[in-house]
Amino acid sequence: MTAIVSLVVALLLLWLALWTVVARDAFVAVAGFVVYGLLLSLVWVRLAGIDVALTEAAIGGGLTGALLLGAVGRLRGTEAAAWSERSGACTRAFAVLLSVSVATVLALCVLTLPEPPPTLAPQAAENLAATGVGNPITGVLLAFRALDTLLEAVVLVIALIGVWSLAPDRFWGGRPGPRYGADPDGILTYLARVLPPIGIVVGLYLFWAGADHPGGKFQSATILAAMWMLVQMAGLSDAPRIDSRWLRAGIVVGPLVFVAVGVLGAWQAGAFLGYPDGWAKPMIVVIELALLPTLVLVLALLLNGAPARSADSPPAPGETSLSARSTRPMPAGGTRQ
Amino acid sequence: MSVVLDVFSIVAIVAGLVFFLAGTVGLLRFPDAYTRLHALTKADNLGVALVVTGLLPQMDGVLAALKLVLVWLLVMLSSGAVSQLIARSVRRRECSE
Repeated sequence: MTAIVSLVVALLLLWLALWTVVARDAFVAVAGFVVYGLLLSLVWVRLAGIDVALTEAAIGGGLTGALLLGAVGRLRGTEAAAWSERSGACTRAFAVLLSVSVATVLALCVLTLPEPPPTLAPQAAENLAATGVGNPITGVLLAFRALDTLLEAVVLVIALIGVWSLAPDRFWGGRPGPRYGADPDGILTYLARVLPPIGIVVGLYLFWAGADHPGGKFQSATILAAMWMLVQMAGLSDAPRIDSRWLRAGIVVGPLVFVAVGVLGAWQAGAFLGYPDGWAKPMIVVIELALLPTLVLVLALLLNGAPARSADSPPAPGETSLSARSTRPMPAGGTRQ
Repeated sequence: MSVVLDVFSIVAIVAGLVFFLAGTVGLLRFPDAYTRLHALTKADNLGVALVVTGLLPQMDGVLAALKLVLVWLLVMLSSGAVSQLIARSVRRRECSE
C-alpha cells in the first residue's frame, strides 16, 4: 500500500517537473515550481528527513517561489517578444544533448553507488553527545561541518551585495523595490496585522526547537522574513534604507560572530571552529543567535531586490512588482457594485 | 472505546476527502474564477476541518492536538485571505478591460 503511494508521488513529481520545464508561460512555470517544492517536501517527510522537508517547503517552495514571482513580474513586458522567438535547430539539438548527458551522468552516479552507500552517520550519531545538542542535523551543521554553514552565511551576504550592486548610482543608499500601498481596510492589511504575531512566535519556536527537534535558524529565518515582507506588502511599513547602520550591522553580525568563535576555537581548542570541551552548546547557541538576524535580513532584502528609489521618495501606490497581482489598491469605485 | 474512536476518525477523514474531491472537480469544471474559488474554499475549509477533526483522537497528547487545531485555523485564515485577494485581482482585471 505505502509502496503504491510512494510510486504515485514519485510519478507525480516527475510529471510536475516536466510540466514546469515545458510550460511556456513564465507565471505558470513558477506556479508549477512552487507546487513541485511542496510535493518534494512531502517526499522528504516520507524519507524521514523532517529538517530537509521544512527547509524545502520554506526555502525551495516558498522563498524561491516568491523570488521567481518577482522576476516574472519584471519580465512581463518582454514575455511576448520571448514567445515569438524560436531558437534554431542547432541550439535545440545542443540543449537536448546537454540535458540528456547530464541526466545520464547523474543516473550513472546514483546507480553505481556502492551498497550500502558510504556514510558518516554512525560517527556523527556517536559523537553527538559531545556537542550538547539533541538534533543530529544541528550537530552536523554547527559542530562537525560548521565551516560549511559559515561559508553558506557568507555566500548569502555576498549574494545580497551582488543584488545591491545592480542599483543605479542615483539610488545608492535608497530603498529597494517600490513602496507598496494597499487598501487600509482590505484583507491584505488585515492579514498583515493578524499573521505576524503568530508567525514571529512560530519562527522563534522553530529556531529554539532546532537544538533538539527538526527546525533551526534557516527555516525560522524564512518565516520571520516572510512576516516582514507581508507587513511591507500591505504598506504598513516601508523597506529599509540600505545605507542604514543598524541594517548593515545586522547583516554582517552573523558571519563576524561565527568567525570570532572560530578564531577562539583555534586559540582555545587547537582548531579553527573547534569548541573547547563542555563549551560546544553555548558556542552553538551564540552562533545561531548571531546568524538569525543576518539570515532574516538577507532573505527579506533578497526578496526586496536592488534599491530602486531614493530614501525619501513618497509612496507610489500602484507601482508593485513583487506581487502585482495582489497588492495594488482597488481603483476608485471598483469595490462597489 | 478505541474502536469507536477509530471508526469516528475514518468516517470524518473520508467525509473530508469527499469535500476535497468535490472541490477539485469544481476547480476543474466550473466556468469562471469566482465559482472556481468557491469550490476551492469548500475543500479548504470543510475538507481540512473534517480531516483535522478525524485526526484529533489519534494524536498522543493534548499539545499535539492543539497544534493540529492551530494548523487548521492558520489554513482557514490564509486560504480565506488568499481567495479574497485572487477574487479582487480578477475583478480589477475585468474592470480595466
